[in-house]
Amino acid sequence: MTDTAALPPGPAPQAVRRPRKPHPPAAPAKRVQFDRPLTPWLFVLPQLLVVAIFFYWPSVQAVNSSFYLEDPFGFGASFVGIDNYREALSSREYRTIAAFTAGFCALVTGLALGIGLLLAVKADKVIRGASAYKTALIAVYAIAPPVTGLIGMMFFDMHIGPFKDLAALFGHDLRVGIDYDDTALALVTVAVWKQIPYNFIFFLSGLQSVPVAVREAALLDARSGWRRFRDITLPLLAPTAFFLLVINITYSLFDTFAIIDVMVKDKPANNPMTLVYKVYLDGFKGNDIGGSSAQSVILMLVVAALTIVQFRLIERRVHYG
Amino acid sequence: MLKSLTCSTLAFALSAGAALAQTDITWWHGMGGRNGEVINEISQKFNEAQSACHLTPLSKGTYEEALASGIAAFRSGEHPNILQVFDAGAATIISAKGATIPAEDLIKGAGKPFERSDFIAGVRHFYADSEGKFIGMPFNSSAPIMYVNLAAFEKAGVEPPKTWEEFEAVAPKLKDAGYIPLSASQLTWMMVENFKSRNNQPFATNNNGYDAIKGTELIVNDDNQVMMFDKLKEWADAGLYGFYGAGWSDNQKPFEEGKVAMWIGSSGSFGGLQKTAVMPFSAVFMPYWDAIEGAGTQSFIGGAALFAMAGKPEAENACTAEFFSFLTSPEIQVYWHQNTGYVPVTEAAYELAKAQGWYDEQPVAEVGIQQLMLPGGEWTKGYRMGFYPQIRSIMEREFNRIFSGEVTPKAAFDVIEEEGNALLARFAKTAG
Repeated sequence: MTDTAALPPGPAPQAVRRPRKPHPPAAPAKRVQFDRPLTPWLFVLPQLLVVAIFFYWPSVQAVNSSFYLEDPFGFGASFVGIDNYREALSSREYRTIAAFTAGFCALVTGLALGIGLLLAVKADKVIRGASAYKTALIAVYAIAPPVTGLIGMMFFDMHIGPFKDLAALFGHDLRVGIDYDDTALALVTVAVWKQIPYNFIFFLSGLQSVPVAVREAALLDARSGWRRFRDITLPLLAPTAFFLLVINITYSLFDTFAIIDVMVKDKPANNPMTLVYKVYLDGFKGNDIGGSSAQSVILMLVVAALTIVQFRLIERRVHYG
Repeated sequence: MLKSLTCSTLAFALSAGAALAQTDITWWHGMGGRNGEVINEISQKFNEAQSACHLTPLSKGTYEEALASGIAAFRSGEHPNILQVFDAGAATIISAKGATIPAEDLIKGAGKPFERSDFIAGVRHFYADSEGKFIGMPFNSSAPIMYVNLAAFEKAGVEPPKTWEEFEAVAPKLKDAGYIPLSASQLTWMMVENFKSRNNQPFATNNNGYDAIKGTELIVNDDNQVMMFDKLKEWADAGLYGFYGAGWSDNQKPFEEGKVAMWIGSSGSFGGLQKTAVMPFSAVFMPYWDAIEGAGTQSFIGGAALFAMAGKPEAENACTAEFFSFLTSPEIQVYWHQNTGYVPVTEAAYELAKAQGWYDEQPVAEVGIQQLMLPGGEWTKGYRMGFYPQIRSIMEREFNRIFSGEVTPKAAFDVIEEEGNALLARFAKTAG
């Protein structure tokens, strides 16, 4: 997903492919670049190898072992068909975790995008000391996820956390690590906090590329700032927003692993966790390779489905200027 | 640490150059902090004590990570000679026949003396097969003991309880004196596994799982086990017990800060507590129920054992055997015991520590080993259950739900038994 998004638009990729086809004849100027059909493949080979070794090969292994029930040390594997899938999908715990993952993903993506956009719009208007504001907002992005988790854990700690005192002011006994909803609140807060700067940078650069002429013309047409934002700025930001949506969904599904790992401290107990964390728990802590593989295949299918939805349904509505 | 690291690297480089005939063996473990340092020190002592073998220890993170790395390495043929495996993972490695060489066979095969009766009673069975043959080499063994805040007991004018009945009598007085009477880390180990051992209660069918993998089922929703948690919940509601989640240190911290009067932790926590506790403290045996007949027996050992992995050349196995013998020598055991708080695993080492006056200096250090030397019962040898780390996770999940009031203890243990038995059946299929 990231690769597709990161590819620069324009004629370059076509130029790479064109020499392979005899018809229609390529422009002479481009033929000079690759006069042998194998040359372009040679250039992409390292990337293809990386993808094959680190993505396709493990995926095939995972699919394969998801149909087996295996002793951890590899002494005997018995074929069990779709038992591992049936077991995962029929487990109450697995379904609870799947539901939490969906909610967590929606909340984190929504909040991180929303707050990031709001901050970007406001920072875009600031003239005095603009760079100081921007630096302050971007700085958080430099923190590594496990460290973010640690900082979050300290803030929400049941013995020394200031957020516990804050919640107590509102009459709520915040019990992160014991109460399911409280822990979920802490996870969402930390995950969103970590992701806002990233969204902020992209939205800000998106806003700054909206032509001044268009803004001024809009100013004549509509007095309401909200309407100008909705009708002019937002559509022009759509490509950025779409890119960020993809990145944020991926982030909340996968990259929050470190935050969860640090915050639930090795003992997940009744705390909320995402499907990725469950795969890790069953595979690496429980030594249940078959079951864990089946779960990761389910996750792969979910991501594939999400990608198709994103690119088929949503991207069609995005207008690239 | 950096200095000692440089020294050992230097020593390694020198010795590698000097003696090419030396056999290298590796040891993967799951210990960090001071315990990890002591492992390095012991390895260095071993390397200095003889010249035929050179041992390199390597920390693989936590217990679970060490086991997972060991398994992954075994599957690709890159495994170490020695792997440390924790109590809950014992069934995983012992059931995989062919992954390890039984420690007893290894040592005897190398012509070294080995007597089961040299080991203290509490550690003889946990890592052994149903005939009593040592599969794993007991290494860092601990017992769950109850630490007491001496200031709190003085203020309340009461004595530390021996039984849970006595606890119910003194707890309200401690509460009146301004303390939370009780907290406990890792309820799975304290209030289930060692509830079973201290009260001599069966934990699983098939002789606690030792006799067979197939058909082994948990016994946890019986009246006594449920009663223990009914009581804990009742105490929690009455302010007599503080539940701080599943994390070990979250439950230890209020005790260190002097807010809690009694904390059930590991005998191995002793070293750390000496640095962190703000008040004078002591320790007593973990309480049992007077009302349960035959209760008051020894506890299971916690901690971990060392396993000699299969598929290594003879020369390396001989070195592993050499190291296992070295490790059980009284001097090394006492060194380990005094530096970490884990109990010595042999009678001789215990006697040596006593003779050196260690317990006059540190009476708390003797509590764990004494508890392991209490009379045993039919159900105090240990338990052997596959996928047990996952069963512990199920328990932790349900315990959180008990103390947040979502489920009753009875309902929680029904779920634990149902899901736990499904896991055991699944494990039986993998091992079959």
